[in-house]
Amino acid sequence: MEEILEAARKVADAADLFWVESRSTPVAFETNRLKHLQTKEARGVGLRIIKDGRIGFSATNKVQDVEGLVSRAVEVAPYGAKAEFGLPSAMVHPEVPTFDPAVPQVPIEKMVELSQEMVEGILEGHPEVLCDAGASQSVVKVRIMNSEGVDASYEKTVFSLGLSGTLVRGTDMLFVGEGESSCRPIEDASDIVARVMGQLDMAQREAEVITGKFPVVFTPDAVAGLLLSPLLVGFNGKTVVQGSSPLVGRLGEKVVDERFSLYDDGTIAFRPGSRPWDDEGVPTRVTPLIDKGVASSFIYDLKTAAQAGAETTGNAARGSGSLPSPSTSVISIAEGDMSFDEMVADMKEGLVVERFLGAGQTNILAGDYSGNVLLGYKVENGQIVGRVKNSMLSGNVYETLNNLIAIGSEAKWRGGSLRTPPLYCTDVSVARTEGEG
Amino acid sequence: MPDLRDKISQALKGHGADYVEVRIEEGESTRLLYRGRELEDVGMTTSLGGNVRALVNGGWGFVSFNTIEGLGARVEDAVRQARIVGQENSELAGVEPVVDIVEPQLGKDPRNLTLAQKKGLMDEYNEVMWGVGGIQTTLIAYGDGHKKVVFANSDGSYIEQQRVDVSLRLSATARDGSEVQQAGVSLGSSGDFSVVEGLHQESREIAEKAASLLAAPKVQGGEYTVILDPVLAGVFTHEAFGHLSESDHVYENDRLKEVMVLGRKFGGEHLNIVDGAAVPGLRGSYKYDDEGVPSTRSYLIKEGELVGRLHSRETAAKMGEAPSGNARAIDFRFEPIVRMTNTFIEPGSTTFEEMIADVKEGVYACDWYGGMTSMEMFTFSAREAYMIRDGKVAELLRPVTLSGNVFETLKNLDAVGNDLDMNQGGGCGKGGQSPLPVSNGSPHIRIAKCLVGGA
Repeated sequence: MEEILEAARKVADAADLFWVESRSTPVAFETNRLKHLQTKEARGVGLRIIKDGRIGFSATNKVQDVEGLVSRAVEVAPYGAKAEFGLPSAMVHPEVPTFDPAVPQVPIEKMVELSQEMVEGILEGHPEVLCDAGASQSVVKVRIMNSEGVDASYEKTVFSLGLSGTLVRGTDMLFVGEGESSCRPIEDASDIVARVMGQLDMAQREAEVITGKFPVVFTPDAVAGLLLSPLLVGFNGKTVVQGSSPLVGRLGEKVVDERFSLYDDGTIAFRPGSRPWDDEGVPTRVTPLIDKGVASSFIYDLKTAAQAGAETTGNAARGSGSLPSPSTSVISIAEGDMSFDEMVADMKEGLVVERFLGAGQTNILAGDYSGNVLLGYKVENGQIVGRVKNSMLSGNVYETLNNLIAIGSEAKWRGGSLRTPPLYCTDVSVARTEGEG
Repeated sequence: MPDLRDKISQALKGHGADYVEVRIEEGESTRLLYRGRELEDVGMTTSLGGNVRALVNGGWGFVSFNTIEGLGARVEDAVRQARIVGQENSELAGVEPVVDIVEPQLGKDPRNLTLAQKKGLMDEYNEVMWGVGGIQTTLIAYGDGHKKVVFANSDGSYIEQQRVDVSLRLSATARDGSEVQQAGVSLGSSGDFSVVEGLHQESREIAEKAASLLAAPKVQGGEYTVILDPVLAGVFTHEAFGHLSESDHVYENDRLKEVMVLGRKFGGEHLNIVDGAAVPGLRGSYKYDDEGVPSTRSYLIKEGELVGRLHSRETAAKMGEAPSGNARAIDFRFEPIVRMTNTFIEPGSTTFEEMIADVKEGVYACDWYGGMTSMEMFTFSAREAYMIRDGKVAELLRPVTLSGNVFETLKNLDAVGNDLDMNQGGGCGKGGQSPLPVSNGSPHIRIAKCLVGGA
């Protein structure tokens, strides 16, 4: 890497190099049986240069191709975007533990065993379900160097478990599933099994849905799958500098219910989305995006911050093959005071929704969402009465989050980079889609 | 690459597995990305990598890597993994070993154009879009890539194939206060730059469309007779039906096997659906798939009846059907899985005018944002839609979402047009492998009843 940076420095005004190396070992059960065992190694390096005020970029995973890497970056630089920013020099960054040496020590046999436990756990209660399950461990090494003296690296381990089940009855199909992800080994799969069993139990009967506006409980899965993208897109520095974010010029304004707060916090220990510094070497920090209902900050990388006349928030993300762009690290939504059970008990007629199909195909820039309910339940008089089929939810995330009845008191991790409680909202548009008979 | 061929055949010796394959891939790509007036990202990337996949007693092992050194040890690793997994008999449909070197069929080769020429053209499109009033921002994503793939397996096949892919996305966003609307087009080809040339008029229309959507009303959600244009009908075919034909979903799932039993009636006699990489000159075309199986052109539905499905060697063997050449991997980091290639509804004889004439109130849905399916359920979004009133295309609507049950919807498909058109701009995602170059197409089709939502 030193060699590449040295060569780049000779022909460019500034340069940074981003190197990622990873090794992951996934174990996969398909239709109840152990099916795949894999080892995936990957490495790659991306070179960004600033030359005559413009950005050039090239990438490769052929490590011997030093000259090609530099010459291609120089070739594209005259056409590149204007560089209205400088690269950072070395800065103090927070201690953010993301590496646990125990992860690569977890034997394959243990991963097979955990996956098998998940499959068997489901089959015991529901022998007709077809299960896919898997465990994976990975080690990622990230290094950044730039012409201003930054030379830093960190390692991250990720351990994940996933379980999904399909139940086919005639032409009817039911999909259930859960997963967990951490920088430390997950020793026990029983929680995942219990949650999937709960889904199967609640979905045992079918319930009718009628078209109209209803109260809806969005579980952490539904928040992740349906609401989050159209909400976050407006806070991204990229849409902000383009002017396509509906929040431009509205920082400091109340945009959703005042009980709702949402933070970007990549400093939380042992979360897969956490890191000590972002992919430009800028220290990670906690950024409130929505504070008590008020839009309080956007997220930026160096380039979009310079364009917006703001400071980078340490939210640059890049692979080895691409230029950085702003991206959230770990999103945390503040808890409220109502338990999930209380939400259900509170509802006369409404839905609890978990998983969606086709989410994100709407005009998410405007905050619109729309999705078919893949897994959701009907609530009548405070009781879950069965699974809903053939129904679609649609709306605008700002409106929906202004129609909050309550925020859940139990936040859960979804994947490695979101922690959210259930959200209980009213006046959500539900459309029944035809399908019976 | 005689040297590489030796290395591979050396590595494939004495492996002790039921089956082993090696894939080595070298590629280069160029991309230009404009957001707004700015050329935000321009880059050139080279890559080299490979994988080994091994089958022992029905279990698969797989290793991927970024260097071609030490292939023998990679084979050993993959075989060792497969041995841990394997607990039954390996089943692979028999395929004649092939030794072949396939030259790419190129039109105007993008590699013969300079970066400056490509950029110049994109600049022109961008200027045209910005010339339309009310435009808030534009997006232009151009990419081309060349890839050489060497494939060899323990049956004795050795195949070198090259692929050149060109893709372009143009879109414009219009804004009025907090109202934001987009319009756009996606194009592609396997190795012909000329498909992305001469789009100045189209660029203007895209920008005008985005601006006009701002004033368009939302559809009143509910059930309508819907006519789909060839682009959207192609997506419907791919999403709503094509994925169901991928037999990796079916072969170990007895209940789904019953649902997808050959001979089952899915639609009327006017319904014929084809998939095949052997249909020449399209973005999903190739000579051999990523297991070295020759490509085919297969009916999935013939005269309304299910007659075929898409196979890898393993799914074909397990279902006792012929391999179809549909095992594809997006690149060397992934195992080949069952994928579509070029999927389309064959044209019938109904004209668009005949199709729309007896629709009193309906929706004419065109173009696509994207689509997803989860077996029984599908959702897809139309970028452009119009009300149909008294047999005529009436007012423009905001983008709409169509959704429903696949089986019901195919039964409700009551008219097939005579104007087949293939859409080459798509990229398919499955199993974390996206976007895979595919094409899909259809003539105009009519669905008697379909749920339409405002997007």
